[in-house]
Amino acid sequence: MNIAVTGLNATDNPGPGIPVIRSLKEQKKFSGKITGLIYDSLEPGIYMDDMVDNYYLIPYPSSGLDNLMERISYIHKKEKLDLIIPTLDSELYGFVKLQPKLEALGIRTFLPTLEQLNIRGKDKLFDFCKANNINVPKNILIQSQRDLEKIEKQFKFPVVVKGIFYEAYIAQSFEEVLPYFNKLKSKWGYPIIIQEYIKGDEYNVVALGDGNGGTTGAVAMRKLYITDKGKGWAGITIKENTLIDMAHQIIEKTKWCSGLELEFMKSKETGEFYLLEINPRLPAWVYLAPQAGQNLPAALVKLAFGKKVKPFTTYEIGKIFVRCSWDLITDIKKFETIATLGEW
Amino acid sequence: MTKKRYERPVISKHYSGLMNKYGGRQMTPPKTHLDGIAVKELTEKFGSPLFVMSEKQIRNNQQNANRIFKNRYPKVQFAWSYKTNYLDAVCSVFHQENSWAEVVSSFEYEKAKKLGVKGEHIIFNGPDKSSEALLHAIKDTAKIHIDHFDELYEIKKITETEKLKAKVAIRINMDVGVYPKWDRFGFNLENGEAWQAIQRIASNKNLQLIGLHSHIGTYMMSAEAYRLAAQKLSLLAKSIKTDLGIAIEYLDLGGGFASHNTLLGQYLPAEQIVPTFEQFADAIASGIFSASFKTEELPLLILETGRALVDDAGFLLSTVLANKRLADQRRAIIIDAGVNILFTSFWYKHKITPAQESGMHSEDVTLYGPLCMNIDCVRESIVLPPLNKGDRLVIEYVGAYDMTQWMQFIQMRPNVVMIMEDGTVELIRKSENLEYLLDREILPVKFKKSSKQSKTKH
Amino acid sequence: MTNYHLQENLAVSDSGFLFHASTGETFTVNETGKTIIKLLQQKKEKDEIFSQLVNEFDIEAGLLEKDYEDFINQLKNFSLIEVK
Repeated sequence: MNIAVTGLNATDNPGPGIPVIRSLKEQKKFSGKITGLIYDSLEPGIYMDDMVDNYYLIPYPSSGLDNLMERISYIHKKEKLDLIIPTLDSELYGFVKLQPKLEALGIRTFLPTLEQLNIRGKDKLFDFCKANNINVPKNILIQSQRDLEKIEKQFKFPVVVKGIFYEAYIAQSFEEVLPYFNKLKSKWGYPIIIQEYIKGDEYNVVALGDGNGGTTGAVAMRKLYITDKGKGWAGITIKENTLIDMAHQIIEKTKWCSGLELEFMKSKETGEFYLLEINPRLPAWVYLAPQAGQNLPAALVKLAFGKKVKPFTTYEIGKIFVRCSWDLITDIKKFETIATLGEW
Repeated sequence: MTKKRYERPVISKHYSGLMNKYGGRQMTPPKTHLDGIAVKELTEKFGSPLFVMSEKQIRNNQQNANRIFKNRYPKVQFAWSYKTNYLDAVCSVFHQENSWAEVVSSFEYEKAKKLGVKGEHIIFNGPDKSSEALLHAIKDTAKIHIDHFDELYEIKKITETEKLKAKVAIRINMDVGVYPKWDRFGFNLENGEAWQAIQRIASNKNLQLIGLHSHIGTYMMSAEAYRLAAQKLSLLAKSIKTDLGIAIEYLDLGGGFASHNTLLGQYLPAEQIVPTFEQFADAIASGIFSASFKTEELPLLILETGRALVDDAGFLLSTVLANKRLADQRRAIIIDAGVNILFTSFWYKHKITPAQESGMHSEDVTLYGPLCMNIDCVRESIVLPPLNKGDRLVIEYVGAYDMTQWMQFIQMRPNVVMIMEDGTVELIRKSENLEYLLDREILPVKFKKSSKQSKTKH
Repeated sequence: MTNYHLQENLAVSDSGFLFHASTGETFTVNETGKTIIKLLQQKKEKDEIFSQLVNEFDIEAGLLEKDYEDFINQLKNFSLIEVK
C-alpha cells in the first residue's frame, strides 16, 4: 500500500502531515510506503529520517486543478498511489473536486463534501450552530456603514471584528472598531462580522466522522501553552463529555466524512463552551490521539478502503504533548535534487 | 547533430521561507492547438491579436446546461443573454440550440429580430426602453420585463393610445442573503413595492402579467441564494394566483452563474470553489418545488445564463512584442493584446498559457499590453516560462463580455474567428481599420485642405 | 578582455542547481543559463561564449546579444558577478 500525504511543513505553524504519518507508522502491522507531496524544498518533513519513502513537489492549489491532476498522474505512474490524504485547508476544495478523476485512476481519498466544507464558512457556521443548539459567540453581519450603530446597542466591548474570509481584530471600543472595519472592508468586502469576545481558555477536539453520521473517535484536549502566534505548543487530553458530545452531534448532523478539529472557548464568565471554528481536517496535534488510545489517522485509512471500524469510546486522560524544536542536519544533495528535479 | 531548443538564459534565487509562492515550478503544458487547429496557423492566417470562438464548446455548454436543468425540472427554457456576446455567429449557435433571446437595448432587440428570433421568444429587459422600442415590442408580442413604475405607466399609455395588449413580466429584487444586494433593478419584494406593481398590472385590462423575473447578482458563488430566490418567486406566483386569480406562466431566474474565471485577489482558482451547474440547477429546482405547485400548474423556468455558457468558448491569441526589465529588476513582457480588448482583466486572473513548448524553468513577470497608457496592464504578476519576442500566448475564458465591452482605443479591434464543428475556420468579425474609423467621422468643411493647398505645402 | 568577473566559490551542477559557497545562497538556472555560467567560469570571452551557444542551441548569434546582456544583469543583480 502506498499512501501519499501532504503538509510536511513541520514548522512553527505546522502542517498535520508528519503527525499523520507518525500515527500511521505507529500501527503494529503497517508495511506500506509513504509518499510525501510537498510544495517547497525546505519543508522540514523532507529531512526527517524514516518518515517518508519518497517526495514529490506538487503545484500550489492556486495554480489550477489541471496542473495538479497532471502532476498526480505522473507520480501515480511511478509510485502507484493507493490513497491521498491532503492535510491543508487550502488543498481541500481542489482534492474534493478531483475525487472522481482520482478514483478513476484507482486512488482513494476520504474527504468531506463541498457542502460540508461550506458549513464552516464564517457566516454559515453561526446559522448551523444556532439551528443545532450549539453555543457560538454572538455574531452579527455588518452590511453597510449604517449598520455600524447596531454594535453599541447589541454588544459589550471588547468585540472581535472579522473579515468574511480571513483576519480578525479585537476592538476595545467603538472608536477602535472603525479602522479595523475600514481595513477589512477594503480587503475582503462586505459583510464584516462583529463577534462577541469571549474571555476564557481554549479547548480542542480532534474527531473522525465515518461519512454516515457516525463518530469513529474523538479526543478532547486543553491547550497548556500557546505561542505568540496563537499556536498550541503543548496540550493535555481531558475528560469533558460536553465537548465529545458536541463533536458527535456535529458529525451526526453534517454526516461528516473525514477528520476534523473543533476549536472551543470556555467562557470564564458563564463556564460554557462556545464553538469558534470547525477545521475540516486532522490537526497538527493529531499524534496525541494514537498515544491516548485512538489512532484516528489509521482509522481514516481503513474507512477510506471501505473497511468497518469499531468506534473508539474511551481514551487515556492526562496524556501530554509538548512540541519541540530540533535541528535536522542534511547534506546539500537532497535539497539540490528536490529544488531542481522536484522529486527524491 | 540536432541543436537544443533555445530559451532565454534565466536564473532565479531560492528564497527562504516556506510556501514561497514562486518557488514551485510551473507545470503547465503548452496550449499549441485549439479544437485541433494550430495556434500558429491561426495567427499567421488571421493576424495577432485574434479572438477565437469554439462552436463545439458553445454547443457542448448549452446542451449540457439543458440536460442538467431538464433532468431536474420538467419545463426549462434558456434565453441567450445578448450583452454577454452579441456577435451574430455566436448568437446563432445558441438559437440553433433552441435558446431564445434576452436583450437589454433596442439595437440588441433588432439584432435578434434580424437573426430570425420570433417576438414572443424575445425577453426585453433593462431600465432603458424607449417608447418606440416598447411599441415595437408590444406589437411583436415580445416578453417585456418591467423595471420601474415610469416604464409601467409608459406601457399603459401606449396600449391605451394604440389599442394594443402587452405581455409583461416584472423584475423583482429581494434579499437572498448575498452582497452586494442588487436593489437598483426592478421592484423590491420585501417593502411591498413589487406587490403594488403587480396589483396595478392586474387591474389594467390591456396588460397581461405572464411572468416574474429576478436576477440576484453577477458571478454568484453561492447556489443557495438561487434556492431562496426561486422559492420567493414561486411563493409570490402562488399568492398572485390565490389573491388575483392570475396564473403566472413563467419564472425567469436570470443569470449570474459564475464561470471558471478566477477573480483578482481570490487565492483558489474558480474551478475549485465555484458551484457546478448541477448545484445551481438543484437549488433552483428544489426552490420552485418547495412552493408545492400542482403539477399541471408548474411554471416554465427561464434562465438567462450568459457568462457560464460562453466564457470558456472564447480565446484570445496574443504575441510577445518585447521583453524588458523594470527598474527593480522585475521582468516585464509586452504583448499585443491590451486592456482595450481584454476589459475583463480588470477583475479576472485569466488563465494564460504559452502556445509553444518551453523548459522547466519559469519566472514571475508583469504582463503589459501594447497601449501607450499606464492602465494597460494585463496582469500584475504571473509565473510564465521565459518567452521570446514572437512567442504566442493563449488567454483563456474570454468568451463573455470581452467582445462586447471592448473598445477602439489606440489600437483597433482585431479579427474574430470561429472554429466550426467540422474543423474549418470562419472569420466572423473583420478587424477594424482606419477606413472603418473614419467612416463615422465628419470633418467640417472649413478644416478640409484642398488638394492644391496641401500640394503647395509640400 | 572580459570585464566581468564571476564570483569564486560558485558550484553549478548538471541539474542547474547553483550554490554560492561564500554566501550560502542557492539558485536555479535553465539550460542556457547553465551553459553561460560554465563558460564564464572558464574565463571565456563573449564571442567564444556566443559561438558555443550557437553550436549547441537553435539560435542565431545576432539574437543572442540582448538576452546575454540581460542575463549578465540578472547575475549582477544577485551579486554573482563583478564588473571591473
